[in-house]
Amino acid sequence: MSDLTELYQQVILDHNRRPRNRGRLPVANRVAHGDNPTCGDQCSVFLRMDGDRIAEINFDGQGCAISQASASLMTTQLKGKTAAEAQQLYDQFHRIVTTGEAPEEISDLAAFAGVHAFPARIKCATLGWHTALEAIRSPAVAPGTAGVGTV
Amino acid sequence: MFAGRDVRSDFPVLHQKVGAHPLVYLDNAATSHKPQVVIDAVSRFYERDNSNVHRGLHALSMRATDGYEAARARVARFINAASPAEIVFTRGTTESVNLVAQSWAAANLRRGDVILLTEMEHHSNMVPWQVAAERAGAVIRYVPVVGDNAEHGLDLDALDRLLTPEVKLFAFTHISNTLGVINPAAELCRRARAVGAVTVVDAAQSIGHEPLDVQSLGCDFLAFSGHKMAGPTGIGVLYGRRALLDAMPPWQTGGGMISVVEFSGSRWKPAPERFEAGTPNVADAIGLHAAMDYLDGLGRPEISLHDHALAEAAYAALAELPGIRLLGPAGRRAGLVSFALQDAHAHDVVTFADQDGVALRGGHHCNQPLMRKLGLPSSVRASFYVYNTPQEIDVLVRSLRRIITFFRA
Repeated sequence: MSDLTELYQQVILDHNRRPRNRGRLPVANRVAHGDNPTCGDQCSVFLRMDGDRIAEINFDGQGCAISQASASLMTTQLKGKTAAEAQQLYDQFHRIVTTGEAPEEISDLAAFAGVHAFPARIKCATLGWHTALEAIRSPAVAPGTAGVGTV
Repeated sequence: MFAGRDVRSDFPVLHQKVGAHPLVYLDNAATSHKPQVVIDAVSRFYERDNSNVHRGLHALSMRATDGYEAARARVARFINAASPAEIVFTRGTTESVNLVAQSWAAANLRRGDVILLTEMEHHSNMVPWQVAAERAGAVIRYVPVVGDNAEHGLDLDALDRLLTPEVKLFAFTHISNTLGVINPAAELCRRARAVGAVTVVDAAQSIGHEPLDVQSLGCDFLAFSGHKMAGPTGIGVLYGRRALLDAMPPWQTGGGMISVVEFSGSRWKPAPERFEAGTPNVADAIGLHAAMDYLDGLGRPEISLHDHALAEAAYAALAELPGIRLLGPAGRRAGLVSFALQDAHAHDVVTFADQDGVALRGGHHCNQPLMRKLGLPSSVRASFYVYNTPQEIDVLVRSLRRIITFFRA
């Protein structure tokens, strides 16, 4: 079970049970949807961008503990960041889940280091991030219209 | 033990550990393992007989051709087809369905016609028809899946309403790969024929597990894969009634399927060669021959009893677990059990079970619309075959208990 307790760290179990910033965001002006067609996981990310900065971020969707916890933790990390900072954080996160090596200064994301021992689960951990980056790049929509017809 | 015989020793892949635990392989609905006799048949072909078929006049080519055509004749016997000419080799069930959806549909499907499917179809018996319908301007209707967890099944009462004269083709699965429901295929074929509809039976989940006779089923087409019946990957079969196959245009063209080629045009060979353009998968057809011999050696009625008994035992044992939702009927079910746990997502279950050496499948099982209807994003499936044992069900249940405890803590 040692690899498993590495994978399912308390931080991850906690975010899975009590997801943060979950649900549609009525004031969102950006939205994107992602899915893993092989496993059926789905994720939507709602952003309120204030210029180049992520003023608010929510996610919604369904999937395994890894995908849900990752999206939840991501929202807590991305709030207040610029688009460029978000990309940087994702690059670090991607290194963590693919190599298992985490720099000390990003302790929360380091909870996902155990994923690297389960290559089939990396796409679960990155689903929310991919969706968020797509939302950042997507064209602005009028607040209140984002999220129509989503999961 | 299987009917007094140690079948596990026939399957070399079973004798390994995953991590610290012996492999418990319960993903047979995805693909089954291969007995040594099948592996040997494929190796022997490459070691001794490898050659192209149908064109050569030398010794090896003649042996390869004989082996390939003997495999075709063996398939015909295996499913009681009227003639080997009714057996087309394909890459698998998906390609077999696509062949009918392209070739038969091109010649027979018109605007306003109806294709009838069921809500429990695998994507591979749904998407090809959606494409064919769009091309022809035809309409697709679905026989609903009704009942609660304990008795999911096709709404047979709706069939009379759905089987109108506009229905030109009715395609349905013999056994649901998610629910484990065994559909009354002979009755469905009979009722379809009464309105003049052509029937396509997806036998992917039944061919390796149940005795199967296309003439008593009364189907027009039947599709299956070699790899789910102890045979190799990359080889499958389309059975088609000869009158239908002979009236269908080619779907792929090239060498091997023509009788005369001129610069101005070409003429086709009759079925089955018409539908086998290019060099076929000779080695795996020969491997499939060995697999059919192997299954008949065990006895297909015995295989069916064995798999059903394991699935029913698993269903009963799993029903004791807290927060579990089992899919499909409790009794009279095929050799697989699907379920969802309240406390853990299917993928987390599969990852945990894998650490105990247990190979399961988690996801939508290529049944996205059905899963949506059941209100489940995903489920876990345990599926059984001749080499599985009651002790392996115990391992599965112990593993699931650990998972539930972990995620509830």
